[in-house]
Amino acid sequence: MKLGERAGLKPAKPMRDVFGDAILEVCRRNPRVVVLDGDLGNSTKAETVRQAFPERFFNLGIAESNLVCVGAGLAACGFIPFITSFSSFLLCNAYDQLRLAVALSNINAKVLGSHGGITLGKDGPTQMGIEDLALVGSMPTFVMLVPSDPASMHWAVQAAVDHVGPVWLRSSRVAMPHIYPENGHSFTLGKANVVRQGSDVTIIACGIMVAMALDAATMLADEGIQARVLDMLTLRPMDHEAIAAAARETGAIVTAEEHLLTGGMGSNIARIVAGVHPVPMRFVGLADAYVESGDPDDLLEKYGLTADQIAAAAREAVAAKR
Amino acid sequence: MAEPSTEIDLHALQERARGFRLDILEMTTRAGSGHPSSSWSCVEILTALFFADILRYRADDPWWPERDRFILSKGHAAPALYAVLAAAGYFERDLLWTLRQVGSPVQGHPIQGLLPGVEATTGSLGQGLSLGLGHVLGGRLKGLDYRVYVLLGDGECEAGQIWESAMAAAHFKADRLHAIVDYNKYQETGPISREMALEPFVEKWRGFGWHVLEADGHDLGALIAALRSLQSVSGQPSVLIAHTVKGKGVSFVEADFTFHGRALSPEQAARAREELMR
Repeated sequence: MKLGERAGLKPAKPMRDVFGDAILEVCRRNPRVVVLDGDLGNSTKAETVRQAFPERFFNLGIAESNLVCVGAGLAACGFIPFITSFSSFLLCNAYDQLRLAVALSNINAKVLGSHGGITLGKDGPTQMGIEDLALVGSMPTFVMLVPSDPASMHWAVQAAVDHVGPVWLRSSRVAMPHIYPENGHSFTLGKANVVRQGSDVTIIACGIMVAMALDAATMLADEGIQARVLDMLTLRPMDHEAIAAAARETGAIVTAEEHLLTGGMGSNIARIVAGVHPVPMRFVGLADAYVESGDPDDLLEKYGLTADQIAAAAREAVAAKR
Repeated sequence: MAEPSTEIDLHALQERARGFRLDILEMTTRAGSGHPSSSWSCVEILTALFFADILRYRADDPWWPERDRFILSKGHAAPALYAVLAAAGYFERDLLWTLRQVGSPVQGHPIQGLLPGVEATTGSLGQGLSLGLGHVLGGRLKGLDYRVYVLLGDGECEAGQIWESAMAAAHFKADRLHAIVDYNKYQETGPISREMALEPFVEKWRGFGWHVLEADGHDLGALIAALRSLQSVSGQPSVLIAHTVKGKGVSFVEADFTFHGRALSPEQAARAREELMR
């Protein structure tokens, strides 16, 4: 079964292509937006801007440390830079620069970490961003956005421009089906979205795992378990209220992320739940191991990121309530 | 002493530099920590930039969009920067004595956003030249003709990012970007030539497409002439390699590189004060 098929979601084009459209749109709307590329514009799709606005597009080459700081310098001049590359290269080559020149300086720079998670697939673990959310999460001033479908990507790119301060935006190589209507859905920075109502358990997911969580909820409904699905589109600031409500109203929580469990979204949610209303929790994500090359669907299956796994975790969490 | 310029009073500038050395001594001795020797080696460079009509700035309008930028990439020389900014009128001189204290904007290394005149957060070495290039590209997009001066440490030039930015600045023909290297020949653990040789240094910069000048980094006349000459370079970025003495001005600090990351004791400070007042 295709991702989102059980839940009846409409297929969409790859998220990186959606980003390419969205970044071009914000460049059209706002002359202060500039784009910096680490020689991966044809993979991240930031290159849409190179064609339309060549003077506002800078390829800094394969040198992420310099890339990030040049972006910070442009931000200090009043521009709104989108610093773009693969999430793994930005964070692992230029963590120090993101930390000092962007996060500690609280500069108005936006960072697009493309190819997050394992679904870039065949290029293998050297390129995968399985620890990106943990690393960005360790820089306190970064707002973190993880879109889950085309509409939320379009919103996230505009929200990054509108927010004054550092923003991290995760993008992916693969497609994520439509979860929200293409036009007119109202998103709010820092607010999680209930994308399915339910009272027995809440599945809190981000990115590609939201569609998967909706598939899982469909399966669970057939068994009489009503799962709420919460799209944690903003990982920072995290929506404490929605998490507290999920714990109080459904009494069990499953988190699902395309990321290492260690240091990821689930561990942050657990900290909040433990503080406000402890309930049984289960966590779907990557165990402490590196992944390998392969077809994205095969990798998701092998490393346990599936609707079946989410459903199994939900059953366990529900059973633990009693 | 090189040819003194007609309109600049070199003697007055030397007195200013002496005052900055005393301020740096006072700040780091009171704080009980800091990098006095790295600060003293760049005093004349900063004096020439800020007080000899090289940098265009308005202390009462610190973020004036058309200002020239000065980025202290060797952030550990923060006391020198703070002393100069206070003298230039960016903030009250009294703040200097709060260096490294809780609640003070006068942080151990410069933090962007805390003090007027501090253009960048630096202290993890290697980042300033890239930031400067960003400012130059931004100025170009806005049609502003300001210049960006970045002070690098010599040990800092061991960092790969320096050469990433050097390559990119030449690629973008950033002729409004000027690097100045405080080449005092010592890094934290010892002589540069022993720890990680930089030479042939001039050739490295040339090989990366930069116009290179050298000068005695304590000769204000020579520095001013060299800094003016950088401004006439077109089509490529330029660097002034300023030959300096680490700890300049205090004999027993000049003679002992282990002063890199520590303040003087009160007794040493008294001796240093005496030497500097001579």
